[in-house]
Amino acid sequence: MLDPLSRLGRGGLDFFKSLGRGHILLAMMLASLPGLVVRPRLIINQIYSLGVLSLVIIVISGLFVGMVLGLQGYNTLSKFGAEESLGVIVSISLVTELGPVITGLLFAGRAGSAMTAEIGLMKATEQLSAMEMMAVDPVKRVLSPRLLAGFISVPLLAAIFSAVGVYGGEFVGVGLLGVDEGSYWSQMQANVDIYDDIENGVIKSLVFGLVVSWIAIFEGNNSIPTSEGVSRATTRTVVHSALAILGLDFILTALMLGA
Amino acid sequence: MTTRNTEIWVGIFIAAGMAALFMLAMKVSNLASYNNGGGFEVTARFENISGLKVRSAVTMSGVTIGRVSKIEFDNKALQAVVTMKVDSQHDTLPKDTSASIYTAGLLGEKYIGLEPGGDEANLKQGDVIMLTQDSLVLEKLIGQFVSKFVSDSSSESPIAP
Amino acid sequence: MNKAEAALVTTNNLIFSRADSVIFNGIDISIRRGRITAIMGPSGTGKTTLLRLIGGQLKPQTGTVLFDGEDVHQQSRRGLYQMRKRMGMLFQNGALLTDMSVFDNIAFPLREHTDLSETMIRTLVLIKLEAVGLRGARKLMPNELSGGMARRVALARAIALDPMMMMYDEPFTGQDPISMGVLVRLIRTLNDALGLTSVIVSHDIAETSAIADDIYLLSGGKVVAEGTADELAQSDSKWAQQFLQGDADGPVPFHYPAPPFADDLLTGMGK
Repeated sequence: MLDPLSRLGRGGLDFFKSLGRGHILLAMMLASLPGLVVRPRLIINQIYSLGVLSLVIIVISGLFVGMVLGLQGYNTLSKFGAEESLGVIVSISLVTELGPVITGLLFAGRAGSAMTAEIGLMKATEQLSAMEMMAVDPVKRVLSPRLLAGFISVPLLAAIFSAVGVYGGEFVGVGLLGVDEGSYWSQMQANVDIYDDIENGVIKSLVFGLVVSWIAIFEGNNSIPTSEGVSRATTRTVVHSALAILGLDFILTALMLGA
Repeated sequence: MTTRNTEIWVGIFIAAGMAALFMLAMKVSNLASYNNGGGFEVTARFENISGLKVRSAVTMSGVTIGRVSKIEFDNKALQAVVTMKVDSQHDTLPKDTSASIYTAGLLGEKYIGLEPGGDEANLKQGDVIMLTQDSLVLEKLIGQFVSKFVSDSSSESPIAP
Repeated sequence: MNKAEAALVTTNNLIFSRADSVIFNGIDISIRRGRITAIMGPSGTGKTTLLRLIGGQLKPQTGTVLFDGEDVHQQSRRGLYQMRKRMGMLFQNGALLTDMSVFDNIAFPLREHTDLSETMIRTLVLIKLEAVGLRGARKLMPNELSGGMARRVALARAIALDPMMMMYDEPFTGQDPISMGVLVRLIRTLNDALGLTSVIVSHDIAETSAIADDIYLLSGGKVVAEGTADELAQSDSKWAQQFLQGDADGPVPFHYPAPPFADDLLTGMGK
């Protein structure tokens, strides 16, 4: 009878232990950021593997999401005779919600899991240990550059996602369904606010980029150095990132709309 | 250990990202009409501004010539004080211009519509618009309608004694 | 010159436990300068852990580790890193950085810790590669190397900064006779040519005894025998005899602790 209780307790303690270790790692990574200024090569390499290699999936997804928004938006708006407002629906949905969130989720799945696997493998093959013994701090050399690169890449990817989506919506709405091109853009411009909508979207994607990279790096660094351990860490990265993104999205949206 | 290739692609990526941000700012949002260069501020007092927000449009003849920059409440006069920033190029507004709060579009956004008067002197920085008309409040409107309806029907139905 | 002065590394009553098991229960070891010291013992006695304790990656519960007169675990982070630059470590599987070529792997510590020009670095890397006989392989990637070659590259990398001490973690495990011979020769030659102090952790009697000057035998968390290879061969210690002869049973038991066999067969139903 006491067994499930003690397991719950242990689970809770483990949770807080992980949380604590995660924050310590974050603090260590942030502390070594200033030192990265003199080593742009490390960051550039990471922006390539995290950002550039995610471009294909982001552009294709953005295009399809934009097109679906065009389709569904038109379908719903035509019931109220408000098809000309399609531009507003597509752009606001993308810029404030779908852009940052879907980009975050895709990034977690593609780049986040890759980061976790890579770092976990380096841990399992003792490369991180070897670096330590060569008096090179793995946090500075391996972990921080990835955190910074993720923080830089995700907002850029989200912007590309939204921009491509808006054009995708135009292609479907204006090109295929007959919405007036002028109305599409002018209604959009009249109703999308640079601060309330675009700026908030960028802030969200910055937060998501930081959180997903942090989780991915932590799980990799914390993984059990066996093949099973690394695979479980990769799964945890994707799941925890997804939950974090969706939870934070709600909190951020509530804060932004309330303010 | 970064090859030329990597650096070029990272450059392209960052350029594309910045271009996307720029496109969003310029083509999608209202930044283009945000020429926040210069402008002069005038204030107006209202009994009821329900629904009006900071950055709501200020229009004349249907053209947006400024934005609401501040909304405050006067504790002594118990009125709303709205500060509007009008673009500096529109400095020919007469001193007796009136300001009314209207509703735009399906979603019920409020905006201020200015109507010119006939005064020869023009509005300048810090002036106060004296003639104002409040936002229409649906409940009051219904209330008025119902009471009129009741008084009409009570005066019309003769009950022969 | 007494033993303490000649020692580069000394451990003093080292006690280290992990989780619930005690790995070291009071270890006193002296690694003498300029000589090759072997740490041997059955699997699982924590020999690799000892290297980690010396390198400061792990902290003992009690006891001290002195490297060149300084306490390893009292160092600041910077001090510890300075110390590590004077140690070279060869990991069991080489631990080469997989995203870099052989050349870049060896250049890694040079690029990280020195301001030398690329030409200077190239010269140094080629010298180290020549010493291990792999100068022609410098453009290969780690996944293109055989196990033995990977270890030699890792060795070249470990001596890149000309350390005072080299630590070898099970260098002979899983090697074919030729690679083994190569490594044995390299370890001895480098030790003498570069004036190194070497510590080899191994359970390979034949190879290790051939080149080791001093041998420590660990079992059950304690030092059970020490001395030169000859001294141990003639020693009375049962531990030494079992280990050196490779007997299946002796002080290190064959059977993992268990209740009597007869009882197990008779009582165990589904256990």
